[in-house]
Amino acid sequence: MAGYNLKEIMNKPERLTPGHRMCAGCGATIGVRAVLRALHENDRAVIGNATGCLEVSSYTYPYTAWEDSYIHNAFENAGATLSGVETAYKALKKRGRIPEDVNYKFITFGGDGGTYDIGFQSLSGAMERGHDMVYVCYDNGAYMNTGIQRSSATPRFADTTTTPVGKVSTGKMQSRKDLASIIAEHGVPYVGQTTFTRDFRDIHTKAERAIYTEGACFLNVLAPCPRGWRYDMSDIMKICKLAVDTCYWPLFEVEEGRWTLSYEPKKKLPIEDFLREQGRFKHLFKPGNEELIVQFQEEVDRRWEDLLYKCSK
Amino acid sequence: MSVKDRMSGNEAVAYAIKQVNPDVMPAFPITPSTEIPQLVSSYIANNEMDTEFIPVESEHSSMSATIGAEAAGARSLTATSSCGLALMWEELLLAASNRMPCVLALVNRTLSGPININCDHSDAMGARDTGWIQIFAESNQEAYDNFIQAYPIAEDPRVHLPVMICQDGFITSHAVMNIELNEDNEVKEFVGEYKPEEFLLNNNKPIAIGPYAISSYVMEARKAQEEAMENSKEVIIEVAKRYKERFGRGFELFEEYRLDDADYIMVIMGSAAGTAKQAVDDLREKGMKVGVLKIRVFRPFPAEELAKALSNAKGIAIMERTESYNGHGGPLCAELRAALYENKVFTNVVCYTYGLGGRDFTVDHVYEVFEEVKDVTENGKKVTQHRYINLRTNKA
Repeated sequence: MAGYNLKEIMNKPERLTPGHRMCAGCGATIGVRAVLRALHENDRAVIGNATGCLEVSSYTYPYTAWEDSYIHNAFENAGATLSGVETAYKALKKRGRIPEDVNYKFITFGGDGGTYDIGFQSLSGAMERGHDMVYVCYDNGAYMNTGIQRSSATPRFADTTTTPVGKVSTGKMQSRKDLASIIAEHGVPYVGQTTFTRDFRDIHTKAERAIYTEGACFLNVLAPCPRGWRYDMSDIMKICKLAVDTCYWPLFEVEEGRWTLSYEPKKKLPIEDFLREQGRFKHLFKPGNEELIVQFQEEVDRRWEDLLYKCSK
Repeated sequence: MSVKDRMSGNEAVAYAIKQVNPDVMPAFPITPSTEIPQLVSSYIANNEMDTEFIPVESEHSSMSATIGAEAAGARSLTATSSCGLALMWEELLLAASNRMPCVLALVNRTLSGPININCDHSDAMGARDTGWIQIFAESNQEAYDNFIQAYPIAEDPRVHLPVMICQDGFITSHAVMNIELNEDNEVKEFVGEYKPEEFLLNNNKPIAIGPYAISSYVMEARKAQEEAMENSKEVIIEVAKRYKERFGRGFELFEEYRLDDADYIMVIMGSAAGTAKQAVDDLREKGMKVGVLKIRVFRPFPAEELAKALSNAKGIAIMERTESYNGHGGPLCAELRAALYENKVFTNVVCYTYGLGGRDFTVDHVYEVFEEVKDVTENGKKVTQHRYINLRTNKA
């Protein structure tokens, strides 16, 4: 994006204030702050939130860390709840009960459990109906709030508390659901997949497009969880870079059905480089498990080729 | 000035919705309430009202979106029946605990299984402890009148709770009856403008809704909700009085039909009260002193008032249109017997279960019930409590 100035962007007032109870190094809050920095300063927002770490830690009665109006309803209905808020805005604007010069944007955050799994129907409904809102999934690949249980976003072979590695188990048996593609197939005007890269330009640009494109938009943000993934919390940028450079987490956009690759690594790194850094994949590096890494690599390659095809590369 | 017309219960409620013209209505089709969102959609399509309608993908989402819209500052509602209400159960709790003064038009239908589309009260009774005010109608007229009173009750600052307006599936919702409709402007004036104090889209004051609360706060939140429910009783009475003054119809917490000198009283809710009243008229002609107490408001439960109204009865039949599998009667029986005991009204009480899944309930059944309660009272006939009326047996 022309005119992106990291220093300027980072100096914008925080809309998620410090003092919340999220873990140090948590990817969710980094994602939220990055998305909210894309809001233009005069625009107001109503923030929605599915139940999860973010909700219980940022709005613990009687304290809220949110500068904007905020609503948490339940786990599985962030999409439907914000549909109601957005429709109320339309109704009240139409009936002259909100001043004409006051503009609101509607952004809801959900973890992968609340988005890929239990909130999937509610999300799909909201996207299909085309509410003018952005649904942001902070994807840390498991139910972290309840203690690291597998979700449909959990990568294959991950060691979680409901797919524990054991004598006859090598972790989760299935590959992750490709949610960004599924939402893109709803025919919504904008879908972006992103994470935290160097100067945060990618997430900022995509968040701004999602917020300022009319209609239902979806952002899928890889938001590592040091606790669940078992890496040193200071390594989050390295982990994200490896996710992108191994093509485990490709960066792309889908605008009105047009797929665009946002970044193509000069040298696609082997998936081991991403897996090796994380305790949840430790068992893959034990002698005799080489084949599992081959299988993981094959799935990454298959999806990457598929994405290149969609992006007409 | 009222307008005379003929309408089904669903048409009557949809017409009331049109007259109130709320801000937002999310809804999902389910028999027998489907006509309500259908009719509202067609009023909107023909520019007879301008409510924003959201065709959601489930009842869980219809209540979720209703909460979202209400929280945002919009007067909101939805409609449903049976399994739809069961699916939104979690959200019913959230609507009440977040103190959303929204409205739900419930068309009572049995819960599965076996799947069946006809009337009983198992859906509403399953939601009785979710923190909603519940008001039941005997007729299309009452369903219409109750709906118009819903927002003035819900939005009263002493209450701030959601209101469920219940009518019996098919019996009331689909049967066409004569009805008196109020003038549009009079309805609008009666209901008034919605002016929420705190809402998400208040550009002068952002708010947060739906917190996590530790144990230090939960009991106080529940108590505040409970007090609001207690307060709602006087508000329901005030609104009913105001409605009656203006439109000449309606009851407060319950209707007392020929109770003054009644020895035997049948306590009943919903459309079957009409059948019971007819049977009472018949029995009165034969010299039997009987009456009907029709409960209008089930939540808040008018325990003391009911006990007082029943205090001179020799025998009482409590009619339950649901099964709660506790082995000694459903919710109305349990709560009313507790109310009688608490208020030291010690008399003969027999609980009956009737009309499940749309099973017919006729004047003959009412005669039987009164005869039996009389027999119990006068001759000490031993009966098992929690008796089923009009049950097919192997003999039949």
